Amino acid sequence: MAQLTMAKALNEGLRKSMEDDAKVVIMGEDVGKLGGVFRVSDGLQKDFGEHRVMDTPLAESGIIGTAIGLAIRGYRPVCEIQFDGFVYPAFDQIVSQLAKIHARSAGQVKMPITVRIPFGGGIGAVEHHSESPEAYFAHTAGLKVVACSNPLDAYFMIQQAIASDDPVVFFEAKRRYWEKAEVDTSAVPAPLWHARVVRPGTDVTLVAYGPMVKTCLDAATAAEEEGRSLEVVDLRSLSPLDFPTVFASVRRTGRLVVVHEAPKSIGLGAEIAARCSEELYYEMEAPVLRVTGFDTPYPPSRLEEEYLPDLDRVLHAVDRSLGY
Amino acid sequence: MSLGSPATTDLVTETTPVATSTSAGPELVQLLTPEGERVEHPDYPLSLSDDEYRAMYRDLVLVRRIDVEATALQRQGELGIWAALLGQEAAQVGSGRALRPQDFAFPTYREHGVAWCRGVDPLRLLGLFRGVSNGGWDPQEKRFNLYTIVIGSQTLHATGYAMGITMDGAVGDADTAEAAIAYFGDGASSQGDVNEAFVWASVYNAPIVFFCQNNQWGISTPTGHQTRIPLYQRARGFGFPGVRVDGNDVLASYAVTRKALDDARTGQGPTLVEAFTYRMGAHTTSDDPTRYRLASELEAWKLKDPLERMKAFLYKQQIVDGGFFEALDAESADLAARIRQGCLAMPDPDPLSLFDNVYAETTQVLRDEREEFAQYLAGFSGGQH
Ligand SMILES: Cc1ncc(C[n+]2csc(CCOP(=O)(O)OP(=O)(O)O)c2C)c(N)n1
Ligand SMILES: [Mg+2]
Repeated sequence: MAQLTMAKALNEGLRKSMEDDAKVVIMGEDVGKLGGVFRVSDGLQKDFGEHRVMDTPLAESGIIGTAIGLAIRGYRPVCEIQFDGFVYPAFDQIVSQLAKIHARSAGQVKMPITVRIPFGGGIGAVEHHSESPEAYFAHTAGLKVVACSNPLDAYFMIQQAIASDDPVVFFEAKRRYWEKAEVDTSAVPAPLWHARVVRPGTDVTLVAYGPMVKTCLDAATAAEEEGRSLEVVDLRSLSPLDFPTVFASVRRTGRLVVVHEAPKSIGLGAEIAARCSEELYYEMEAPVLRVTGFDTPYPPSRLEEEYLPDLDRVLHAVDRSLGY
Repeated sequence: MSLGSPATTDLVTETTPVATSTSAGPELVQLLTPEGERVEHPDYPLSLSDDEYRAMYRDLVLVRRIDVEATALQRQGELGIWAALLGQEAAQVGSGRALRPQDFAFPTYREHGVAWCRGVDPLRLLGLFRGVSNGGWDPQEKRFNLYTIVIGSQTLHATGYAMGITMDGAVGDADTAEAAIAYFGDGASSQGDVNEAFVWASVYNAPIVFFCQNNQWGISTPTGHQTRIPLYQRARGFGFPGVRVDGNDVLASYAVTRKALDDARTGQGPTLVEAFTYRMGAHTTSDDPTRYRLASELEAWKLKDPLERMKAFLYKQQIVDGGFFEALDAESADLAARIRQGCLAMPDPDPLSLFDNVYAETTQVLRDEREEFAQYLAGFSGGQH
């Protein structure tokens, strides 16, 4: 077993997919010689050649649009969008084309495309480098959307996403790229669309994904010192959502706090709250609470610690939940 | 490509010319050789006063000093990141000084030299890279739009602005009419937005100059991965002229941009200016160019340094003496000191300012969110948490 950063785990996962399937190609800005600005594809062009790891022209719509053509031709493209805020030039290709081709072709044309997007804040970057656009994609039928939060998941989830015959928007928690963990590459991975209880507890359920999973785990550790037992669920898949796992946890604790960096209004938290109220109305002890980014543009970096949910804001919501 | 073995076909190496070039070809407009010799070009006559020559050099020196200081401040943790203009001073000062007060410029994130020419305090630029602001100046007052980080977007904004100039009847008079200029890079030339801007500008005969700094690189991607023909030649297909200028030659950059702007303001439509230059530094302070380019390339470009050639020219013209350079050194040192102090003294924004200016007319949802957050913050000072 090796200690890997999440960036390296993704790199190893990509390598494995490329070895397993000659149709897998990587395309994006600066993914080849540079290995990507976060080095996620480091060394892959050297080992697999320029035809399988392409430094594309600088145009996101072009990247996704040509990937769609390659997929029609039988390839399995893995596209990198350099930063969350730069996916929008490709929005039309993703939402109007990629998402709909399978349905429009009556299932005859598969779109096995993975769109990798480093997302979220906390790295002190300038504008457009810290956003959380997942709800746009999760709101779009035909796309599957996942977010990895740790190296072990990253290693397997990227391979599962690539192997999927559906288009997958793959969010990588960029501020967790450098965090290390044991990665047992011989482990049997959970199915990609399953959420996971990453810390069991009895008093309140915290549901999170991507960068906020670690924040919630830290909150749970802090809460334990005050005698409170928090259960943390890592959603992993944002579309489809794994409601059975979430519901089972909320049945155990009776209380739910959803945590994400993305703005509150019309976000993932709203969907989860609505489903819980539909399904668990009589079993919940408190309303579902949300700890999220604000309904404002992502702020300049000197304010990002105020904007981003942190341990204190999570525990504050836990207090409120327990106060009902 | 045979159907059976498509994966063996090499898509890139077969078709892509290798890396970047240090030679721009015979079409390059140059008024000052790298050795500082003044040469004439039939289409771009230029005679400046001694004062104007000295002023151009002063701009180059001060702009580089701002850049060097900002890079140092980033290294010391005072800025989150910095995108250096090192090597591109002449393209920016030349084009920036060609603008008339009534013209309007639309920059990327690297146009610190143009900002200087538009009278934007360098500290405002630093604020953006320090992370205290996403804007920093009044675009209308400076006639210099906010920096745009999303590649290519601003070329459409500049085009629309130029269409407005036409709609307002502010085209025609060689002295008072207005023009817009859009800055962008070689990498940006691939974006859909940039190509759409070309179409719009052409169809509406908009008074705009597209000023592309081809600094040979878009992060790690050489210009040869963005285009198979010289970028200035792209203009022809869209229906307007293109010209390639030596972007390390401040005089040529000035003369070519001035003519393009004057053509625009007198109703002759857009021009694409490709300023052939070189990004002498890293893409930003986060980048490591040793991973993708050879040191020898930088060495070749150092011989074409925009400041050195202007300095040599001033000496040859005998219009400067040691006193001029001493005074300029002192001025640069003062500027650097002011920037440093100003940067260190820059306050962090008030947390509640997060909620300001999201809308022209704010909403109740946002007011409530702000109030809730204010109470939450107050709880800390009250020791409740
Ligand atoms: C739409 C978009 N995609 C990607 C990026 C990330 N990015 C920032 S700068 C850059 C390269 C730009 O190259 P070029 O246009 O040549 O300008 P230069 O940086 O050389 O001045 C890239 C890919 C971005 N800012 N916006
Ligand atoms: Mg460039």
